[in-house]
Amino acid sequence: MAAKWARKDLLGLETLSADEIGLILETADSFKEISQRPIKKVPTLRGQTIVLFFFEPSTRTRTSFELAAKRMSADIVNIQTSASSLTKGETLRDTARNIEAMKVNIIIMRHSSSGAPQLLAESVSPSIINAGDGSHEHPTQGLLDIFTIKEHKKKIAGLNVSIIGDIAHSRVARSNIWGLTKLGANVTVCGPATLMPPEIEKLGVKVTYDIKEAIEGADVINMLRIQLERQGQSLFPSIREYAMKFGLDADKMKYAKKDVLIMHPGPINRGVEITPEIADGPYSVILEQVTNGIAVRMAVLYLVSGVKERIE
Amino acid sequence: MDIILKGGHVVDPANNVDSGSDVLIKGDKIAQVGKNIKANGAKTIDCKGKLVFPGLIDMHTHLRQPGREDEETVLTGSRAALKGGFTSLLCMANTSPVIDNKGVVEYIRVEASRAGLINVYPAAAVTKGLEGKELTEIGQIAEAGAKALSDDGKPIMNAEILRRALEYAKMFGLLIISHCEDTNLSRNGVMNEGFISTKLGLKGIPRASETVMVMRDIELAGLTGGKLHIAHISAKESVEAVREAKKRGIGVTCETCPHYFTLTEEAVLGFNTKAKVNPPLKTKEDVASVKKGLSDGTIDAISTDHAPHSVEEKDVEFDFAASGMIGLEFALSLANTELINNKILDWSGLVKKMSVNPAKILSLHGKGSLAAGSDADITVFDPSAEWIVDEKRIESKSKNTPLAGRKMVGAVLVTIVGGKIKYENGKFN
Repeated sequence: MAAKWARKDLLGLETLSADEIGLILETADSFKEISQRPIKKVPTLRGQTIVLFFFEPSTRTRTSFELAAKRMSADIVNIQTSASSLTKGETLRDTARNIEAMKVNIIIMRHSSSGAPQLLAESVSPSIINAGDGSHEHPTQGLLDIFTIKEHKKKIAGLNVSIIGDIAHSRVARSNIWGLTKLGANVTVCGPATLMPPEIEKLGVKVTYDIKEAIEGADVINMLRIQLERQGQSLFPSIREYAMKFGLDADKMKYAKKDVLIMHPGPINRGVEITPEIADGPYSVILEQVTNGIAVRMAVLYLVSGVKERIE
Repeated sequence: MDIILKGGHVVDPANNVDSGSDVLIKGDKIAQVGKNIKANGAKTIDCKGKLVFPGLIDMHTHLRQPGREDEETVLTGSRAALKGGFTSLLCMANTSPVIDNKGVVEYIRVEASRAGLINVYPAAAVTKGLEGKELTEIGQIAEAGAKALSDDGKPIMNAEILRRALEYAKMFGLLIISHCEDTNLSRNGVMNEGFISTKLGLKGIPRASETVMVMRDIELAGLTGGKLHIAHISAKESVEAVREAKKRGIGVTCETCPHYFTLTEEAVLGFNTKAKVNPPLKTKEDVASVKKGLSDGTIDAISTDHAPHSVEEKDVEFDFAASGMIGLEFALSLANTELINNKILDWSGLVKKMSVNPAKILSLHGKGSLAAGSDADITVFDPSAEWIVDEKRIESKSKNTPLAGRKMVGAVLVTIVGGKIKYENGKFN
C-alpha cells in the first residue's frame, strides 16, 4: 500500500480515497493483536492528551475509543454534555477553543447535529475525530464494519452488501455506503419508504423496499437500529408492523446465502429489527464488530497523531 | 439647492423613458427629465456612462429594531440600503416586541425620521405576537402609517385567520404579505430536501412546504378579493402556481430575492451556515424557473429579505444556526450580473421589479417614477464598476452573507432621497 496518511482530522469516509481506507484497515490489522495480549498496553501515544467530547449519550463508541486510547498509553479526559445545554450558554466553538487552550492533541467528538465536527476542525488545531455526527457520518463505525467484512470475506470488491432499516437518519449507513462503494462493493439499501432519504441512489446504491430482495444474494446484511420514537413521527405505523416487514427473523433468513454475514452496529432492539436467534446465531458477527472497533480506533488515533501539520 | 444629474442614461419605465437625459431636481421633487436641461446655479452631478433611475424600493427588510439592535438598527440598515441604491424600504414586523400595535408602528416611524436617511415604512403583524391566532388592530395600525401587514418569518397556518385578515384589511387598502411555509412539512428542516440534504445528513424541507401554501393563499385571495403578495418565492412549482393564478385573474403579486436567482443548495456544502436561509436555497432548475418568472412577469418584484444575524447566531452547528442573509448592499449588483448580463431582463424591466412595481404594490404615491412632481428619490448606478465583497466594508451591522470574496459587477455611486444627496461615492450625508 503506497498511501500515506496526511490528514489532521477524520471527519468522514466521503473525503477519503480507497487507498487511505486501505491504509487504516492495514494499520488496524497490525493493532488488533495488542488487545489479545495479557498486558494490553503499548507506549505509542504516551504523552498525548485525548479529549472525548460527547454531546450524545453513548456507551459502546465512547468505551471503545477510550480503551483504544488507553491501550496506546494516551491520557484521556471525558466530557459528556448535551447539545441543548451548550447552546444556551457557551457556543461549541468557544468550548472547543478552551479545550484547545489546554493543549490537547486529539478531540474525539460525538454530536447530535450533522457537521458539528467539521465546525470544530475549522476552528481549532487539535485533530478532530468524528465519533458520529447527526445523520451525517460515523466513520470509525463504517471502518470497523468494513474491517470485519474483510476479515471474513478476504475482499470487499464485488461483494453484495445490504443495509436494512432507517437509512434516512443513519450516519452508520452513510459511512458504510461511502466506504464500501469506494472499495468496489455493490451496496443495496432497504427500508420503509418513509425512512429512505431522497435521491440516495445518487450515492451509487440500489434502493429496495422489499427485504426479500435485499436478503437474496447478499454476502453481508447490516441491520440498522430503529429508533423507537420514530413511531410517533408517522414514519411507520407501529413497531409490530416494522418488525414484520423489515425485521430479520428465521423466516426471512431462508432467502439468505449460506455464508451470509449478519451485522448490527448496536445497540440492538431485540425482536424489532432482528430476532435474538439471528443476532446470536451462527451468521452473526455482531460481537466481532465490537472487538474490531478497538483495533480500528487505535489505528485512526495512531495515524492522525502522526500528522505534524496543524492549522494556525 | 437644485440638483441636476447630467448626461446619464435615464431608465424610468413608469414614463417610458430609456435614453440619455438630464434630470433636474428642485427641492424634494423631480422638476424635469429631458435633453440638455439648463439649470444655472444647480449642483451638477456628472452621470456620463452611468444609469439614473427612480430610487430602489425594498419590500422586504428586517431591521431588527426594536429588540436586536446588536444585529441592525433603523440607522445602520438605512446606510446599507443607501449603499445598495435603495431609497425606501418596508421593514418586517418580527422584531421584539413585535410590530403588532399602533405604538410600535409609531416608534419605527420616529426612529426612521431620527435616522433621517431613507423612507422606512413599517409592515405590521397580521396576528398578535405573530402567533397566527388573533388579528392585530389593523384599523389603528393603518392609521399609524403601516404600509402592509405580514407575519413574515412565520406562516399563518390557520387558513380561516388568513381569510379573515384578507377581508378585513381590504377596508384599509392594506396589502398582506404571506410567508409561505407549511410548518408541518418543514418542521426541524434546515435546508432543501434532496440529494445534498441526504449527503450531509441534514433534515430537509420539501419544496412542497412552500408551494402548498402558495396555492392555498392564492385560493384565499380569490375567495376574498383581498390584496395578497407572496414573499420570497423560491420554488419552480410556486412560480408556476402564481403564473396560473394570474391567468385566472386573481389579484396576487409576488417577489423573489437575489439569492434565489443567484445561489443553489450547493452553497450549503461544507455545512456553510451563511447559506442557511428560509425558504432554503434550491436547485438549478428552480433558479432557472425564478428567472423565467421574472422575465415573463409572473414575479412582480425583487426584494432582499435582508436578514441580519449576529456572529453568535451563525457561528454554530448548522441545525442551530439562524436562517437568513443580508442583502441590501448586493441586490442590485447581483441583479446586474444574473439578470441584465444574462439578458433575463433589460434595465427597464429590472427597474420595474425593484422600484416601479414595489411602489405600485405598496401604494407608495410619488415613488417609483421620475415624472415631474414625483419625489426626488434617485439612484445613480455604474453598471461596470467591479468590487469584491469584503466583510470589513459591509455597512450593515451584521456580516452574514455567503458572498464574501465574490466579485460584484456594478456599484451605486449616488443615492438621492427626497432631493438630498444621502450617499455619494462611499460617503453618507
